[in-house]
Amino acid sequence: MSTVEARPDPERVDNDQKPVGHGRMLRKEDPRFIRGRGRYVDDLQLNGMLHLAILRSPVAHARIVSIDASAAQAHPKVKAVITGADLAAQGLAWMPTLSNDVQAVLATDKVRFQGQEVAFVVAEDRYSARDALELIDVEYDILPAVMDVRKALAPDAPLIRDDLDGKKDNHCFDWETGDEAATDAVFADADVVVSEDIVYPRVHPAPMETCGCVADYERIEGKLTLWTTSQAPHAHRTVYALVSGLPEHKIRVIAPDIGGGFGNKVPIYPGYVCAIVASLVIGKPVKWMEDRSENLVSTGFARDYIMRGEIAATKEGKILAIRTNVIADHGAFNGTAAPVKYPAGFFGVFTGSYDLQAAHAKMTAVYTNKAPGGVAYACSFRITEAVYLVERIVDCLAYQLEMDPAELRLKNFIQPDQFPYTSKTGWVYDSGDYEPAMRLALDMAGYDELRREQAEKRERGELMGIGIAFFTEAVGAGPRKDMDILGLGMADGSELRVHPTGKAVLRVSCMSQGQGHETTYAQIVAEEIGIPPADIQVVNGDTDQTPFGLGTYGSRSTPVSGAAAALVARKVRDKAQIIASGMLEVSVADLEWEKGSFQVKGDPTRSVTIQDIAMRAHGAGDLPEGVEGALEAQICYNPSNLTYPFGAYICVVDIDPGTAEVKVRRFVAVDDCGTRINPMIIEGQIHGGLTDGVGMALMEMISFDEEGNCLSGSFMDYLIPTALEVPRWETGHTVTPSPHHPIGAKGVGESATVGSPPAIVNAVVDALKPFGVRHADMPLTPSRVWDAMQGRAVPPI
Amino acid sequence: MQVSMTVNGEEVTRDVEPRMLLVHFLRDELGMTGTHWGCDTSNCGTCAVWLDGEPVKSCTVLAAMAGGHAVRTVEGLEQGDVLDPVQEGFMQCHGLQCGFCTPGMLMTARALLDREPDPSEDTIREAISGQICRCTGYSTIVRSVRWAAEHPADAEEPAPAGSAS
Repeated sequence: MSTVEARPDPERVDNDQKPVGHGRMLRKEDPRFIRGRGRYVDDLQLNGMLHLAILRSPVAHARIVSIDASAAQAHPKVKAVITGADLAAQGLAWMPTLSNDVQAVLATDKVRFQGQEVAFVVAEDRYSARDALELIDVEYDILPAVMDVRKALAPDAPLIRDDLDGKKDNHCFDWETGDEAATDAVFADADVVVSEDIVYPRVHPAPMETCGCVADYERIEGKLTLWTTSQAPHAHRTVYALVSGLPEHKIRVIAPDIGGGFGNKVPIYPGYVCAIVASLVIGKPVKWMEDRSENLVSTGFARDYIMRGEIAATKEGKILAIRTNVIADHGAFNGTAAPVKYPAGFFGVFTGSYDLQAAHAKMTAVYTNKAPGGVAYACSFRITEAVYLVERIVDCLAYQLEMDPAELRLKNFIQPDQFPYTSKTGWVYDSGDYEPAMRLALDMAGYDELRREQAEKRERGELMGIGIAFFTEAVGAGPRKDMDILGLGMADGSELRVHPTGKAVLRVSCMSQGQGHETTYAQIVAEEIGIPPADIQVVNGDTDQTPFGLGTYGSRSTPVSGAAAALVARKVRDKAQIIASGMLEVSVADLEWEKGSFQVKGDPTRSVTIQDIAMRAHGAGDLPEGVEGALEAQICYNPSNLTYPFGAYICVVDIDPGTAEVKVRRFVAVDDCGTRINPMIIEGQIHGGLTDGVGMALMEMISFDEEGNCLSGSFMDYLIPTALEVPRWETGHTVTPSPHHPIGAKGVGESATVGSPPAIVNAVVDALKPFGVRHADMPLTPSRVWDAMQGRAVPPI
Repeated sequence: MQVSMTVNGEEVTRDVEPRMLLVHFLRDELGMTGTHWGCDTSNCGTCAVWLDGEPVKSCTVLAAMAGGHAVRTVEGLEQGDVLDPVQEGFMQCHGLQCGFCTPGMLMTARALLDREPDPSEDTIREAISGQICRCTGYSTIVRSVRWAAEHPADAEEPAPAGSAS
């Protein structure tokens, strides 16, 4: 059952709370960050370290005729210039992507997107490396580029992937879910059918720290150490072993502090492989750090789905079915990092939070001459696209039925007694109680009053809009029987050692990019074994020091690694109980746990603390029969299901009728992520995602001209919200624990990125209702809103 | 060419290329990696430092241009073992997540409070609008700066050199 808690005062700062377990606690990682003492990849300086720079293609599609690197090689500070031909001689010109496609490390035959890697230079300093790039002469035979995804499968479309045996077209994959015949039958009989073309444009995560690495191959030991911007160090290590032929135990991947990831740091980029090759060849440490333009034009993009959404309903507003056709633009190589059996990620949850009779989706994915990627920008494996589709099309239905969008949603929610709920596309929602969250959001927003204000303003010709979105996410990939990446199951390890004095070290396989894992995981363990969080050191991001696991993305850290942390602590506690029984000379069954100590049932004066037990576990005295010394454990957690957080978002916008500029006046976000470990960190995660949503809905888009030039290759052109574009966030929450997660927690890192874009777009469209606008595509820049007001809205791509 | 400047009160002299950016001078020549680099176009502000008391984006200043001037970086905020109130405020109010934009935000916040000790929310937002944070959504940064305004260093009880745990 869920609980609705009183709204927290967002301004409240309680400095005295230092919980032994869950609760608001200041972050353990902050003292180094506020002093400028974070340790990011580019901060690393090693003796003799060289610098690598990459020459990139200036065109989107071309055959490489020749490369003359002689002038670059003659540069006095250059140590090496490597081209695709050099790599091909070593069998290293191509590497696997995380979707079982291949991607060129350096182009050998053709370049397939603007910004693709063509050659690299290693030099004594970063400026000289850049200088030498200018000295490389590449002759290109330019080919027509495939930039319009709708024309990618046309018979006369230029073939992009002629590197693949027998490939005759730009088809990437087909995917389908749900029951087409049953869905079509429901549509045929429905009172009302609404259809809309909905585009989720290409966007980019653009973390503040770009991607990069330092590769250091030590020849005597034959060991490669790679400091890198990786959200998944263990998975990366395995791929490097497969690509390079180095034995896996001789590869150490270290992800130090990471300056934001958002999925951008999940893929393996050619630059990492180039740096490894350079260090192997030269025998010195080699640093590669891309610049901002390289990050925007060549690394993992997000979205790029062209969707046709259709919804069937009764005239009273009972939603019956949803179906969709999608064209997915995967760029030049399929670099998506989704579980193998899920080429469309978790888009199958497009049925949303509603109890339907039928649903069906069909997708065609194609190659284009754009950068590879696809799953990134806090998308929860394509749930951003799924939720945007359903929440937009539900609003279109409300428009058509002239129903209030809140009322329409309330009428169609999956009910609490239906959980666990199996959707028409086969997803098993673990728990949910949607109406209280929706009602709390309406209450916080003052919904009825807002509608009155809107009516008054419309009378005066002012444009005010109120947008609602209700989302259900599916996060915490995932059960290893269903989910793997490149054959690696998506379970996560955790190891806990309690030292003799009762201080502990927890080692986890996931990797923080700013989410505060050093704090949250210490709190999870503290809650279970009563050791204060300050006494628990959390280690992550080093494959030599942590157990195997697939890393941090798709909001999986708390659902998977968080569960692993709780369970390994319980395993340690179980052992502690046996040792305590020996210390207190009672049977194990006669002990009860009071946070931090075991005491004899009925006699609280006889107890031993976890610290006492830790000393005994390592001490000279006897331990109970069959108990080994030390107090530590290791586990690997295989989740039985995903977790399904949800939320109700309400956005209020004002649009200047003269300039069409959209101002987000208010944003109310009610989230339910189950058990809340550190409310301060949860709130921070939500605030960040809401801001992403403002970016995507109003500002951000990676666009191209017809020839394939990327028009969004800098922060001058790719606009990201500043403090002036976002309101003061208003957050609330309900608590519906996950029934299968050891502590009832669900993921939260991407909820707001998923839920906020439809709320904002719905608000803008609502404001434009006097103009007869039912839909307008993101990004809703002033010019695009202006066009919508003039009745000439067009898709952005 | 030889360049001399004071950085956080200390005189430094180095031989550098005339084209070297101040951000690279600080990071690569002096090893002061608290100042970060985030874009090429003066948009993100993660490289913000002070030049003669004014915040500047050090990716857009040549080291040579800073010659003879005073530079202050995030490493110069803490006095002895006492944190600057803006540093304490960012910890108290969760004004950071990944920490990458934080040094620049701290330098701008300190400059704002020196100029205007009791700024409104709008003033704070305006002051940090030349900087991008991808993690926090800015509300907690605004709160952090307000916390610092309410806990000035010369108050009777100075902000403690806190540790979060």
